Amino acid sequence: MSDFSSEGYLNMELMRFTTAGSVDDGKSTLIGRLLFDSKQIFEDQLEAITKTSNQKGFEHVDLSLLVDGLKAEREQGITIDVAYRYFATPKRKFIIADTPGHIQYTRNMVTGASTANVALILVDARKGVLEQTIRHSFIASLLQIPHLIICINKMDLVDYDEKAFNKVVDEYRHLSSKLDIKDVHFLPISALKGDNVVDKSTNTPWYQGPTLMYLLENIHISSDENHIDCRFPVQYVIRPQQTEYHDYRGYAGQISSGIYKPGDKVKILPGGETAQIKTIELFGDMIEEAYAPMSVTMTLDRDVDISRGDMIVRENNVPNMSQEFDVMICWLNTTKLQPGGKYGLRHTVKDARCVIKDIRYKIDINTLHRNEVEKEVGMNDIARVCIKTTVPIYYDSYRKNRHTGSIILIDEATNETVGAGMIV
Amino acid sequence: MILYHLNHLRELEAEAIYVIREAASQFERPALLFSGGKDSIVMTHLARKAFYPARIPFPLLHVDTGHNFPETITFRDEMVKKIGAQLIVRYVQDSIDSGRAKEEKGANPSRNMLQTITLLDALEELKVDAAMGGARRDEEKARAKERFFSHRDDFGQWDPKNQRPELWMLLNGRKSVGEHFRVFPLSNWTEMDVWMYIALEKIDIPHIYFSHEREIVLRDGMLLANSDFISLKPGEKVEKKIIRFRTIGDMTCTGAVDSIASSLDEIIDEVSASRTTERGTRADDKRSDTAMEDRKKAGYF
Ligand SMILES: Nc1nc2c(ncn2[C@@H]2O[C@H](COP(=O)(O)OP(=O)(O)O)[C@@H](O)[C@H]2O)c(=O)[nH]1
Repeated sequence: MSDFSSEGYLNMELMRFTTAGSVDDGKSTLIGRLLFDSKQIFEDQLEAITKTSNQKGFEHVDLSLLVDGLKAEREQGITIDVAYRYFATPKRKFIIADTPGHIQYTRNMVTGASTANVALILVDARKGVLEQTIRHSFIASLLQIPHLIICINKMDLVDYDEKAFNKVVDEYRHLSSKLDIKDVHFLPISALKGDNVVDKSTNTPWYQGPTLMYLLENIHISSDENHIDCRFPVQYVIRPQQTEYHDYRGYAGQISSGIYKPGDKVKILPGGETAQIKTIELFGDMIEEAYAPMSVTMTLDRDVDISRGDMIVRENNVPNMSQEFDVMICWLNTTKLQPGGKYGLRHTVKDARCVIKDIRYKIDINTLHRNEVEKEVGMNDIARVCIKTTVPIYYDSYRKNRHTGSIILIDEATNETVGAGMIV
Repeated sequence: MILYHLNHLRELEAEAIYVIREAASQFERPALLFSGGKDSIVMTHLARKAFYPARIPFPLLHVDTGHNFPETITFRDEMVKKIGAQLIVRYVQDSIDSGRAKEEKGANPSRNMLQTITLLDALEELKVDAAMGGARRDEEKARAKERFFSHRDDFGQWDPKNQRPELWMLLNGRKSVGEHFRVFPLSNWTEMDVWMYIALEKIDIPHIYFSHEREIVLRDGMLLANSDFISLKPGEKVEKKIIRFRTIGDMTCTGAVDSIASSLDEIIDEVSASRTTERGTRADDKRSDTAMEDRKKAGYF
């Protein structure tokens, strides 16, 4: 923490990663280790966990205690939700979406994965690749997490043996060949002892690659956003009730993708009117080029009737516009998906309603087989469904655009978020 | 290559502005909970940015415990005047006078718990359906799982088991009659980010965040500002010290730190070298390991 210089902080990047592993693979220990070795642990926190470790009769300070959560869960001894943690190095600020490894909690990993640049997947070096490893990797690929780091943990328990490491790597490569994974790294580590986490280990002379921290700090994430297809969902229309701004109309929102400049010819969906961007601004500052994920306000050269949920795009590059499309859905609720059921739907900042027209197949997330016979979709299930919406949705496929390709489904009776969908 | 990439403060800013605009769009009567502390000052700044050149389209709500630093109140009133925001103040003293709340006994009565009563009453009276706060997930373990849109039942209670999953940035603010939300646009910020952002945007903050000389009472390992709200216990004495405050709450429970940091850059250096958490200076959190969580369930946040 003491490496910050007041000038350096403007060059830090934000990186979001999620963690997955089966219970006891060492996830909490690893996160605790990252926080500890990057000096994010404060004296009062360290005191508290040292005390607890002593009370429990441990001979070492249990770093995993740094990351446990709420009282109820502490009593039950399990984590059952996504917890967010933060640490920073002089290069990057990290947001960890920490998700528990319990079998039934696919929904938590999907939640954590939805905004992640990187997924850390833990494998116990002694156990090798398990069904759960495949499940975690499948979710990472389904959610299109751009980078994957497979941490082969507990290397200390296999005497830091190169062959043991290579065996897991081969197993993983074989089993993940069916998955759509762009960038994958393998690391031999010991979360408990710290090998190759922040400091390069002398116990693995055969390993020439980077440490986990080096990877986290240096994986190239600036191209993770789509800078090609211009998509700007209008979130809020600014009409000041002040005389000096009588005719001002500002279209405020967060850019989903693409690069916008003043002077650009744009088209407004759903109406299809065209206009030219007059200014792109924020708090009076004029912006020359706006791109994801900036929150800005645009003004146009002429009056167009635009309201929340409309989308400003380029004339020659428009998204799909349809009321019927297929999505891969992950079910998040204990009440099962109703075939033919009606749900609230949210896409970018647009609200709509939809009906489930068809369940095409369900995926067995352990074998990745498609099941077209048994199609009941309950909590933690993933299925491909066809939905029909009450109004047209302007979307891209999720593969092309995570922002305009994602939806959530809402139970209209309880208002709960029950489904997370990726448009095919 | 860095060309089309935001630095981390700008990305956090963009995210917070998005959340504030969502709250303004999805709810009928949002309000920004203004405490006079740096987080709520940053929130106010972000709300101005979100709707500029229009004014902030919702009121600021301050629950005045009566134990505030006088500097906080002066700062609040000047800020509100300058930016043309609407301010609503509700007083814990009124809750005590009307019998809704009971003052703690003793030499060091804290109005922290009472504040919750005044707040919940105010939300009901004003029919606020989204109360925006500057709370951050890094402040305390119990907050690590907090959502941007945090659902509360009709008693203002928070049920950790009954929170909606938040995917991508698709925020679901639908609710039934009587229910409301707390909204936390700064969820992903850390104390350090807040200080850096204040420096980056040159945001005005009360001068008691900077080092100054002040009369101090040492109590239970904390440096408390001497005030009318503190009666000295036997053996305690008032001394002058050079200090500053890392957080600003009530005078009865906000501890100062020894510091000569008199500029934002010096504060940032100090915070980055610091070995204790920010909340370590708050007496209200010292009461028990799960103090924060208990207050949170009761609707404090
Ligand atoms: N020997 C060894 N033990 C480890 C390592 N990482 C974690 N452990 C132990 O494995 C157990 C489970 O770790 P924990 O972090 O709680 O696992 P989680 O369930 O994945 O969060 C604990 O007893 C840890 O001390 C490691 O690298 N080597």
